[in-house]
Amino acid sequence: MADGQKSAGGSGSGSEGLIRTRTARTVREQAIKGLLVAAAVLSVLTTTGIVVTLITESSSFFEDIPFKDFFFGTDWEPLAGGEQQSFGVVPLVWSTLYLTFVALVVAIPVGLGVGVYLAEYASPRVRKIFKPIIELLAGIPTIVFGYFALVFFTPLLQNELGLDLRVFNGLSGGIILGILVLPTIASVSEDALSAVPQALREGAFGLGAAKWQVVVRVVFPAALSGVVAALVLGASRAIGETVVILVASGNTPNLTFDLTVAHQNMAAFIANAARSDAAAGSTAYATIFAVGATLFVMTFLLNIVAIRFVRKHRQVYD
Amino acid sequence: MAVAETALTRKVVERGTSGERTRDLLFRLALLLCMLIAMLFLGALIVDVALDGGSILSTDFVTKYPSRFNADTAGVRSALLGTLWLMVLCAAFIIPIGVAAAVYLEEYADNNRWYNRLIELNIQNLAAVPSVVYGILGLAFIVRGPIEIWGLGKGNPTLLAGALTLGLLVLPVVIIVAREAVRAVPSSIREGSLALGATQWQTIYRQVLPGALPGIATGVILALSRAIGETAPLLLVGAGSFLLFDPQVDGAFSAMPIQIFSFVGEAKPGYRDLAAAAILVLLAILLIMNSFAIYLRNRYETKW
Amino acid sequence: MRLHRSIAVLAGCGVCAFGVAACGDDKKESSGGSGSGAEVKDLSGSIRIDGSSTVQPVAEAATEGFNAEAPNVKISVGGIGTGDGFKRFCRGELQIADASRAIEKDDIADQCESGEVEPVQVQVGIDGLSVATHKDLAIPNDCITTDQLKELLDPKSKVSNYKELGAGFPDEKVSFFTPGTESGTYDFFTEELLETDKEQRTEDVETSADDNQIITGITGTKGALGYVGFAFADQNKDKLKILAVDGGEGCIKPEIKTIADNSYAPLSRPLFMYPSTKTVKQPEVKAFIQYILDNNQQVNEAADYVPLTPELLEKAKTDLTAAKAVAPPTE
Repeated sequence: MADGQKSAGGSGSGSEGLIRTRTARTVREQAIKGLLVAAAVLSVLTTTGIVVTLITESSSFFEDIPFKDFFFGTDWEPLAGGEQQSFGVVPLVWSTLYLTFVALVVAIPVGLGVGVYLAEYASPRVRKIFKPIIELLAGIPTIVFGYFALVFFTPLLQNELGLDLRVFNGLSGGIILGILVLPTIASVSEDALSAVPQALREGAFGLGAAKWQVVVRVVFPAALSGVVAALVLGASRAIGETVVILVASGNTPNLTFDLTVAHQNMAAFIANAARSDAAAGSTAYATIFAVGATLFVMTFLLNIVAIRFVRKHRQVYD
Repeated sequence: MAVAETALTRKVVERGTSGERTRDLLFRLALLLCMLIAMLFLGALIVDVALDGGSILSTDFVTKYPSRFNADTAGVRSALLGTLWLMVLCAAFIIPIGVAAAVYLEEYADNNRWYNRLIELNIQNLAAVPSVVYGILGLAFIVRGPIEIWGLGKGNPTLLAGALTLGLLVLPVVIIVAREAVRAVPSSIREGSLALGATQWQTIYRQVLPGALPGIATGVILALSRAIGETAPLLLVGAGSFLLFDPQVDGAFSAMPIQIFSFVGEAKPGYRDLAAAAILVLLAILLIMNSFAIYLRNRYETKW
Repeated sequence: MRLHRSIAVLAGCGVCAFGVAACGDDKKESSGGSGSGAEVKDLSGSIRIDGSSTVQPVAEAATEGFNAEAPNVKISVGGIGTGDGFKRFCRGELQIADASRAIEKDDIADQCESGEVEPVQVQVGIDGLSVATHKDLAIPNDCITTDQLKELLDPKSKVSNYKELGAGFPDEKVSFFTPGTESGTYDFFTEELLETDKEQRTEDVETSADDNQIITGITGTKGALGYVGFAFADQNKDKLKILAVDGGEGCIKPEIKTIADNSYAPLSRPLFMYPSTKTVKQPEVKAFIQYILDNNQQVNEAADYVPLTPELLEKAKTDLTAAKAVAPPTE
C-alpha cells in the first residue's frame, strides 16, 4: 500500500512510513517539474536575449545617429569612410521589400497553383509522389539556391534571354528567392485546402457547379484564412532570407525599380557587415543591430498576423 | 483528406456546357503549368548541380582538406567533419531541452496561467524569426560572452558556439513537434497509469514518452537537417573556411554550407564545380537523414 | 525500460564524444617543443591569422607548405580586411594580423593602446595594386593615368561615362568594384592615388571585403573597373583586362619585375604580417613566419605575389629575430 500514493493525492491514514515516502517522492517530483519548467523558460530567455541585444546595441547606435536620419534618410553608406558615411536606411528597406515583392510574384501564383492542384485535382497516387517532392524542395539548404542563382540562372538570363543584367542583380536573386519560398506556400495552402470538409464540395457539385467553380468559389474561400497564413509565412521567409541575396544580388541596396542592378536586403547586409567584423562599439558595427532590430520587428509583426489568421482558420472546423 | 471525386460528381461535371468544360480545362491546364514550373526549377537545380559536380565526387573529395590554390586536390574534409560534429552537439542540446519543454507545456502547464501562454506565444514567434537574427544572438551572447568557459566567450568562434546557436534556432521547432507527439498519446494511457498509483513523472517517463518517441525522433531529425543546412548563423558566429585541420569542440571550425559558400565565392576557375560537388555531398547527407526519419515514422508509428 | 536503455546509451555516446573531443588536443597553448632545438614537426598549437584579404593568399600558401612540415599546428586564416584585422588583433583575438599597409595611429586602440599587445612588423612580400577592367572595355592603349583614376574615383567625382575622360575612351557607363573601408588596399589606393583621407566615391561603386567578389563583378559587368591585389588580378587575367598605369613615367604594366624594382609606381606596396611581442615568443608562431621568410620565393610564387628583394628579406629576418615592438606611428 505504500506504492499507491499520487504526489498530488490525498493524505492517507498517517503512519510515519507512508508520510516519509510521500514527502521524498513529492520532493523528487517537484524537482523534476522544476527542471522541465527551466527548459521551457529557456525559450523565453532566448527571446529576451534577442530583444535585449538588439535594444542595447541599437540604443548606442541611435545615440550617434538620430532616428530621423536613419529611418528617413535615403543615403545608405554605413561602411564608407569619413565624410561619405551615411546611415539612411530607406534604400535598404526598399530593396528588401522590393526583392520580397519579386519573390512573391513568382511564389504566390505558382505556389497556390501547386497547392490547389495537389489538394483538389491530383489523384491520391500523384499526391503521394508529389507532396513529398515539394517537402523535399522545402528542405534544400538556401546556399544551394544561392549557387543556382549565381552560376546557372544569371548567366541564363544574360545569355539565353539577352537581358542586360549586371552579374549581381536583383532579378535573379528575387526570382530564385521566390522558388525558395514556393514550397512553403504550396505545402501550407495544400494543407488548408485539404482540411475543407468534403461536404462543402459535394454540396456545390450537387448544385451543378463545374469543378473549377467549386474550387474557386467554394473551397478556396472556405480555406481562405489558412491560405492567407501560407502567404504571410512565405512573405516572412522571403523578407528574412540571407544567403541567396548575399550570393546573387550584390552588396548594395538601390532605391530604384531597376532589377538589373544590385540589390541587398537587410539580412544580407547583416551577414556581410558581420563578416567584415567592424570593431565592437563602432557605429558601423552597431548598424548591424539597428538593422537587425528593424528586421526582427518586421518579421515579428508579420508573424503575429499569420498566427491570428491560423487561429481563426482552426476555429472554423473544430 | 484526399479529395476523391465520386461517380455522381463526375457525371455532374460532364453534363456541363462546352463553354464550362473549356473553362474547366483551362483552369486545370493553368494548375498543371504551375506544377510544371515548380518541377522544372527543381529539376534544373538538381541536374545542374549534378552535372557540374558529379565528376569531382570521389573518396578523395571527402577525405582531403580544402585548398585555395589547387582546385584539383581540394576536398571538404574539414567542413564535412564540422557539419557532423555540429549535428551531434546540436542534438545533445536540443533533445533534452526540447523534450523537457514540450513535456512541461503538455503535461504540467495550466493553460489558463498567463506565463504559460506567454511561453507558448514565445515559441511560436521564435519559430518564425529569421536565422540571421539567431546569428546576431549567437555572436553577441555566445561568442562575445564576457566569461570564457569551454571555448565559449571572449570572441572565440568555436564549434560549440556554432552548435549552440543552431540549437537555439531549431529548438522552437523541436518543442512544437515534440508537443504534438506527446499530445497524440491518448489520455486513457495516462489515466490508467495514474490509477495504478504511478506519479505524474512516472507516468510520463514510462508511458507517455515511449509512446511519443517515434514522433519526437522524426521531429528531431527534421530539425537537425534544417540546422545543418543553415549558412547565415554560422557566418555571423565566425565559422572559418579552408581549414586544413579537423575541427575541435572548443576550436575553430568549418561546415558544409560555409564551405560551399566559400567555393561559390572563389573567382578562380574550377571552384564553382567544387561548390557543386560539395552541394551533392550535403544533399546526400540530408537525404539520408530525411529517409531515416520517414523510415522511423513508418516503422514505429504507434497506432493508438 | 526500453526508453531508459536508449537514453542511457545516447548519454553514454555523448559523454564519449565529449571525452574524445576534449582530450583530443591537450596542447592548446605553445607547449610544443622546447626552444630553438625543437623539431619543427613536433610543434603544435593553434594560430589565428586574420586581416588583409590581399595578404591572405600568402598566409594560406604558407599554411599549406608549413603544415606539410608541422602537421600538428592548427592555422586558421581569414580576410576581413587590414583595418578590421588590426581591431581584432588589438582585442587579443589573433596571433598574427595580416596587413597590406603599415600600422597607423588609428589602429592603435584597445589593448594595443594599453600596451598589453605590442605589434611587431615583419614584411613578407610585395604587391602591385592592380587596376582591372572588363575584358571588352576598350581603354586606349590599355593604359590609364593616375590623374584619370583620380577623376573617376574621387569622392566628388560625377563622371558617369568613360567618354568623359577624353577622346578615345569608350562610350560606356561606369561601374566600379572596389574594396571597402575595412581594407588596406582601399586605404592605400585612397591615400596614394586619390590623396584623400580614406574617402572614395560612393556613386556607382560596389564595395566588397571579398576580393573574389570584386573579380566576379568586374568580369561580369561590361563597364566595370576596379582594383585589387596583384595576385587576384593575375590569376584571373584571362577573364579580365589588367591596365598599365601611368604615374608620370609612362605606362607600366604590373608584373613581378616591375613591382620588385619599384618601377610600377605609385602602386607597389609592401605586405606585412604583425605578430605581437607575446605571440612571437610562441615557437609555432615564430616558426610559421620564419617559414615564410625562409621560403619566401616559393610562398609568394604560390600566392602570386612578388618575393622580397634580398635586402628586404634580410631586414625582415632581423625584424623577426629582434621581435621588437613597432614604434608608435605618428599618423
